[in-house]
Amino acid sequence: MRFTLHVWRQAGPDQSGRFETYTAEGISEHNSFLEMLDVVNDRLVLEGRDPIAFDHDCREGICGTCGFVIDGEAHGPLPETTVCQLHMRVYQDGSDIWIEPWRAAGFPIIKDLVVDRAAFDRIIAAGGFISVRTGSAPEANATSVPKPEADAAMDAAECIGCGACVAACPNASAMLFTAAKVAHLACLPQGQPERDRRVIDMVASMDAERFGHCTNHGACQVACPKAIKVDYIARLNRDLMRAAVRARPIGGRTE
Amino acid sequence: MELNARIPAGPLEQKWDRHRFDLKLVNPANKRRYRVIIVGSGLAGASAAATMAELGYAVDCFCFQDSPRRAHSIAAQGGINAAKNYQNDGDSIFRLFYDTIKGGDFRAREANVYRLAQVSLNIIDQCVAQGVPFAREYGGHLANRSFGGAQVSRTFYARGQTGQQLLLGAYQAMEKQIGAGTVRMFARHEMLDIVLVDGRARGIIARDLVSGEMRAFGAHAVVLATGGYSNAFYLSTNAKGCNVTAIWRAYRRGAGFANPCFTQIHPTSIPPAGENQSKLTLMSESLRNDGRIWVPRSQGDTRPADQIPDTDRDYYLERLYPSFGNLAPRDIASRRAKEAVDEGRGVGPTGIGVYLDFRDAIRRLGQSVIADRYGNLFDMYRNITGENPYEVPMRIYPAPHYTMGGLWVDYNLMSTIPGLHVIGEANFSDHGANRLGASALMQGLADGYFILPLTIGNYLAQAKLEPIAEDHAAFRDVEAEARQRLERLLAINGTRTVREFHQKLGKLLWDFCGMARSADGLRFALSRIPALREEFWRDVRVPGSAADLNQSLEYAGRVADFMEFAELMCHDALDRAESCGGHFRTEHQTAEGEARRNDEDYAHATVWEFTGVGEKPREHRESLTFEYVPLSQRSYR
Repeated sequence: MRFTLHVWRQAGPDQSGRFETYTAEGISEHNSFLEMLDVVNDRLVLEGRDPIAFDHDCREGICGTCGFVIDGEAHGPLPETTVCQLHMRVYQDGSDIWIEPWRAAGFPIIKDLVVDRAAFDRIIAAGGFISVRTGSAPEANATSVPKPEADAAMDAAECIGCGACVAACPNASAMLFTAAKVAHLACLPQGQPERDRRVIDMVASMDAERFGHCTNHGACQVACPKAIKVDYIARLNRDLMRAAVRARPIGGRTE
Repeated sequence: MELNARIPAGPLEQKWDRHRFDLKLVNPANKRRYRVIIVGSGLAGASAAATMAELGYAVDCFCFQDSPRRAHSIAAQGGINAAKNYQNDGDSIFRLFYDTIKGGDFRAREANVYRLAQVSLNIIDQCVAQGVPFAREYGGHLANRSFGGAQVSRTFYARGQTGQQLLLGAYQAMEKQIGAGTVRMFARHEMLDIVLVDGRARGIIARDLVSGEMRAFGAHAVVLATGGYSNAFYLSTNAKGCNVTAIWRAYRRGAGFANPCFTQIHPTSIPPAGENQSKLTLMSESLRNDGRIWVPRSQGDTRPADQIPDTDRDYYLERLYPSFGNLAPRDIASRRAKEAVDEGRGVGPTGIGVYLDFRDAIRRLGQSVIADRYGNLFDMYRNITGENPYEVPMRIYPAPHYTMGGLWVDYNLMSTIPGLHVIGEANFSDHGANRLGASALMQGLADGYFILPLTIGNYLAQAKLEPIAEDHAAFRDVEAEARQRLERLLAINGTRTVREFHQKLGKLLWDFCGMARSADGLRFALSRIPALREEFWRDVRVPGSAADLNQSLEYAGRVADFMEFAELMCHDALDRAESCGGHFRTEHQTAEGEARRNDEDYAHATVWEFTGVGEKPREHRESLTFEYVPLSQRSYR
């Protein structure tokens, strides 16, 4: 198969970028999208040109490292599929394909298709955890968790942190990412003690990272390779409201 | 090189308790004065970083990925073992210990494995408290399944994403510490070398992969949690970034490398489809519970699967192993698939593959039951191959998956370099010659949460460590070496890509040091690798500069190390003239084609000492004694 690629090239965060056109030739329908880029890059290297920088690692859809916008869609045309799991048989031979990085103020471009998603780590550091000192945990079966709640926690916990939700959102909001972690931990009894503070701190961190607000477009759910539902955003808002109302001064401090 | 395993005295079940009492402690007020570098942020690295920071140490953690949450532990599917005996089916710490020693084909240390089985209980408690959403029964208690042929149900799991959920638990615990300022995280940083001062590990040289800046980082101790080296084979189930560089650089600086030839080939991966294939994707082993493995009875039978009648099919695992059938252990299932393909009976467009057929299971149970059990795996298969496994049989083939070998460590998880500790897949400690399913996650977290944070204190409390500045001559020298190496790679400006060399090396290893190895084949590989390495350093083309994000340069550095490492693997495989676990030497098999172990001569870990690139390394041995599990031959017939 043969494709004409229009790829966003940008040398660094402060430089201006532009689309450049390349041909991908000798591609098998069984190649993944990233394998097609491998072939293009090998040729660029041998021609003495700069290969296209893109992030990737596990190439089986779970690490969340890869991701860019293909023809205007985060992770390309297939539902619930990361770029690494997208195969060229989906495309018509000879087609034009436009490739560009996630675009969001919270995800500065590092080079070409590589963006800086460290803001996601900082949102987790702000409260996306349950505090438990190693060794101090009680016997695992001492706390029973009803299966539906355990399943709901797992549905939310499947988030791979790829950033497609932000890229798809017209406001570049990180609500789905943040909501998924808030919901994962709020569904479980272990997550209750820090529940209020967690949601307040994570949302504050999200805002500080220059992500936009949610205006219920729902584009994030469509782009999410793990099918995480916007319902969690509603839960996040409810939890945030609840936490704000419950915030009471204790001993002169707001807890 | 002195190999003192420091195994505590006393009865097996008391060794770890006694040892914990004997360990020297660091005064709580002094812990913050000790800086510990942890390289790698997978299950072992992240759990160690979080726990040591909680204890009060100053921790610096490094990963080459853009976030610590991406480490390859995340891809583990099946589960994590623990001897909880929640199913009341006869499991115990001793049984988990026993199964692991036997499954490892008697090439692991009894004391370490027993400790692993002991702390397996604490791991589950810890992870549940962190909010890891393990599968549960309707009553709300934790669910278990049997995995990898174990006769008890001791595997805890979170759908098919157990590794992901455990890693996120450890990652979140570490992020909490990062937020508190007790862990400094250096993402997109790659360790290029280790720095020794007065024979002790005192820091690393790391390159910021975004700015290209190279920097020295000093510390009181260094921990490598950098995973395995299956990517030496080019095609493997590992993430593309997985590499041998950290442990290889440590080996070059004096750390002993144990059993490098112990590699695990997983039987059920999707076969390679062509030359641009970049990695192999695992299909969970659980598929073998309902799928039947077969190839055509005769060579060159190109009929579509549904037109081959049962009389012309060879269900070879069921034929050879009537009692275990399709559930035969990983090493055996892999080797038999290779045999079938080598005989010209392979299936699919490339002839490299065997069928994993659900026809009978669908007839017996109905498609909806199968979809319920394996729906996500079937979807994944269809996505990758374009074929519908409900209608045509899956094609599978073995793939390099896990490496049991690694840097030698003592009972305290310290290598032969004082101050250099090695945890998780990067060390050699617990799996012997073959790892059982659902045991990798257990080992990574055991090392990181419960073992290293205690044992490293013993080193720090006793080592008299002078304060050193990062402009110390030792750091400057190693940094200069690392810099020269990158410059040398960039200056070659040859005619072939890094990937081409990596593919060549991988094929050589796969053909001669893969599932079946022979003395002749290994000698041939040993004669070819130096030539290939020489061609690499003469003709590779690495574009760009070292002053910014340069993924080709990163890759070239890793492949350059694989080029040296590959030789060590072949030396070890040649030296070990027996078959055990994942190491199958064709000269050493029974009349029925099974592995023949040689306990007289090889009941030891082989530990190699670096003597120079292209030189035969110096061999050392740690002999293994089996006091609690009598040596016996594995049999699955």
